[in-house]
Amino acid sequence: MSKQFQFKLVLLGESAVGKSSLVLRFVKDQFDDYRESTIGAAFLTQTVSLEDGTTVKFEIWDTAGQERYKSLAPMYYRNANCAVVVYDITQTASLEKARSWIRELQRQADPSIVIALCGNKSDLSARRQVTEEEAKKYADEEGLMWGETSAKSGEGVAEIFTAIAKKLPLTAPPSARSGAARPGAAARTGGVDLNKQANTQAGNEGCNC
Amino acid sequence: MDEEYDVIVLGTGLTECILSGLLSVEGKKVLHMDRNDYYGGDSASLNLTQLYRKFRPDQTPPTELGRDRDYAVDLIPKFIMASGELSKILVHTDVTRYLEFKQIAGSFVYRDGRISKVPSTQMEAVKSPLMGPFEKRRAKKFFEFLQGWKDEDPATHQGIDLDKDDMKTIYEKFGLEPGTQDFIGHAMGLYLDDDYKTQPAREAYSRIVLYTASMARWGKSPYIYPLYGLGELPQSFARLSAIYGGTYMLDKPIHEIITDADGKFVGVKSGEEIVKAKQVIGDPSYFGAGKDVADGGKVRVLEEGKVVRAICILKHPIPGTEDADSLQIIIPQNQVGRRNDIYIAMVSSTHNVCAKDVYVAIVSTIVETDRPEQELAAGLQLLGPVYDKFISVSSLYTPTSSGEADNIFITRSYDATSHFETVVEDVNRVWKAAVGTELVLKKRDVEPEA
Ligand SMILES: Cc1cc2nc3c(=O)[nH]c(=O)nc-3n(C[C@H](O)[C@H](O)[C@H](O)COP(=O)(O)OP(=O)(O)OC[C@H]3O[C@@H](n4cnc5c(N)ncnc54)[C@H](O)[C@@H]3O)c2cc1C
Ligand SMILES: Nc1nc2c(ncn2[C@@H]2O[C@H](COP(=O)(O)OP(=O)(O)OP(=O)(O)O)[C@@H](O)[C@H]2O)c(=O)[nH]1
Ligand SMILES: [Mg+2]
Repeated sequence: MSKQFQFKLVLLGESAVGKSSLVLRFVKDQFDDYRESTIGAAFLTQTVSLEDGTTVKFEIWDTAGQERYKSLAPMYYRNANCAVVVYDITQTASLEKARSWIRELQRQADPSIVIALCGNKSDLSARRQVTEEEAKKYADEEGLMWGETSAKSGEGVAEIFTAIAKKLPLTAPPSARSGAARPGAAARTGGVDLNKQANTQAGNEGCNC
Repeated sequence: MDEEYDVIVLGTGLTECILSGLLSVEGKKVLHMDRNDYYGGDSASLNLTQLYRKFRPDQTPPTELGRDRDYAVDLIPKFIMASGELSKILVHTDVTRYLEFKQIAGSFVYRDGRISKVPSTQMEAVKSPLMGPFEKRRAKKFFEFLQGWKDEDPATHQGIDLDKDDMKTIYEKFGLEPGTQDFIGHAMGLYLDDDYKTQPAREAYSRIVLYTASMARWGKSPYIYPLYGLGELPQSFARLSAIYGGTYMLDKPIHEIITDADGKFVGVKSGEEIVKAKQVIGDPSYFGAGKDVADGGKVRVLEEGKVVRAICILKHPIPGTEDADSLQIIIPQNQVGRRNDIYIAMVSSTHNVCAKDVYVAIVSTIVETDRPEQELAAGLQLLGPVYDKFISVSSLYTPTSSGEADNIFITRSYDATSHFETVVEDVNRVWKAAVGTELVLKKRDVEPEA
């Protein structure tokens, strides 16, 4: 059987830079011009197959708007294997925000986390405020991956996630990954799965009184 | 902040976060604020730096305790009953996807100077020193009676009316010894005192059935616990709320609760900003608790009692527990001449709440005297050498009114019980007052295990 890896990926970045749109494009290959701020679904998965037969399953955490007033919970970063920090190439201020998220990640997250800086809305290059050179230089200095995307046209989206997938298994052996992802992790770490119906698990050994 | 909300929620403790999450799912527009820059309020779990800052502002954590980030020390010790109400809410709302749980390895009870495990299997029960052979036989009859009870079948009632007869009557009917009564009422019924014995037996019956059902679910003990500490629970419900459109603002001091001429809620003031909403829900600390002067001269919360808690850092498992990595010990009040039980809750690196080879035990009880720390002595002496100890005495506040009249709905403080059942009761109470209907949790479809 080919190797399967599962990783937790978190999205960060100022409100309206297109985090949810990127996920929607990546997971469902859709785009919506009039997207509301994230509501309802902020937990999606998508699998990427690499050329060597390895598959990487991303468990994607969107911020659900908790970043708007700097109120992200530590739970959000916990066990994140990779982060996509998004800015909007038409808004210089959004790159500043991205820098501060990257500092936060470097402080809070696991030191082995893979960080990709992502300049979104590349279809709006006529209104560009952030040059490719400037962003790339910063990413190189900080040792981050970097790419530009357009959630609208789809350009660069698959590429950036695939690049992350390629980088991930190489940075840590799969054994170090147990507990990385929560759903289904229970079985691996000796935990209990509350979603299993009562009395099916330990019924044979437990107290039957 | 010019928007108007349906509900403003103040404080990110577990009760408030569950309510906020359920209200957002229901489609309400929720603004959730906390004066602290962290989630959880009184039900937060702290890292070492935060723990020392809270209890010993002028001391830095000793380096030998290990990395700061390995710690998540609960301020309030509680475990989740495997088949209890919180488990149901966790499953219903699907927040289980953000959490991972492990069992608590054992539940112990103190009797005649030593501790014994509450049996979780027939094997353990056979060997248990908690009852002699004849008493076990009597206990068997008692448990068979409870398990066999069917409301609609009088043949199962053996002349008992659960809604009229008290527990004392039932214990006497089965001839159970006082030690067995302590065991059943305190270690299984999880009553903190003996008042239940003279109440109709229905509630005790439900509690014992809950205990045994929870025990049967995973074995070992009736409890489960979230990895990384209890502070994960409020965070997971906050995320639920945010996903359904709830807005979060931490680090926001609340300076005033604004009411109109009739005393009805209008909004809250933080700095120069005012946010308006139809209703406000919050923990007692936002409504005058612990302050001499209540807001606007109105007394909104009353102190019901106090709980003393000692957070103890140990470098060894608790003696006499077969090196359990996590446990509860109940010291029934009768055993140590008190009115209220003493509880010990211990967790360790198995639950990702501290460094390896460190154990965090919290000893707690309801305060009965003016020397609260000494009341914990019977619990503390079971722990062996204590590396460090942080004592707190907290008041338990309860609201003076249900909130329907002024749209101000106040939750209760976290009590001394060892589990979350009363927290869920409070969620139900506030929901009913604020929304006007009973909180109904629909059963989620789960695939039965193959
Ligand atoms: C806290 C506790 C929980 C227990 N839970 C169970 C259980 O889930 N299932 C079970 O079969 N036995 C349970 N037991 C009892 C234990 O199983 C019996 O002691 C054991 O089966 C030995 O039975 P015996 O016939 O050899 O001797 P005895 O000690 O004479 O027991 C006679 C019968 O009484 C029953 N019994 C005695 N005490 C209890 C009790 N507290 N709860 C339920 N039944 C009891 C036993 O099942 C046994 O069949 C429990 C005992 C304790 C103290
Ligand atoms: N032209 C263009 N518009 C985009 C692109 N990506 C997102 N948008 C638009 O930008 C707006 C915000 O996108 P979202 O995906 O909601 O942004 P977000 O970062 O998730 O925002 P929050 O959930 O509020 O944090 C929406 O109107 C999108 O349609 C893009 O690549 N090109
Ligand atoms: Mg979004």
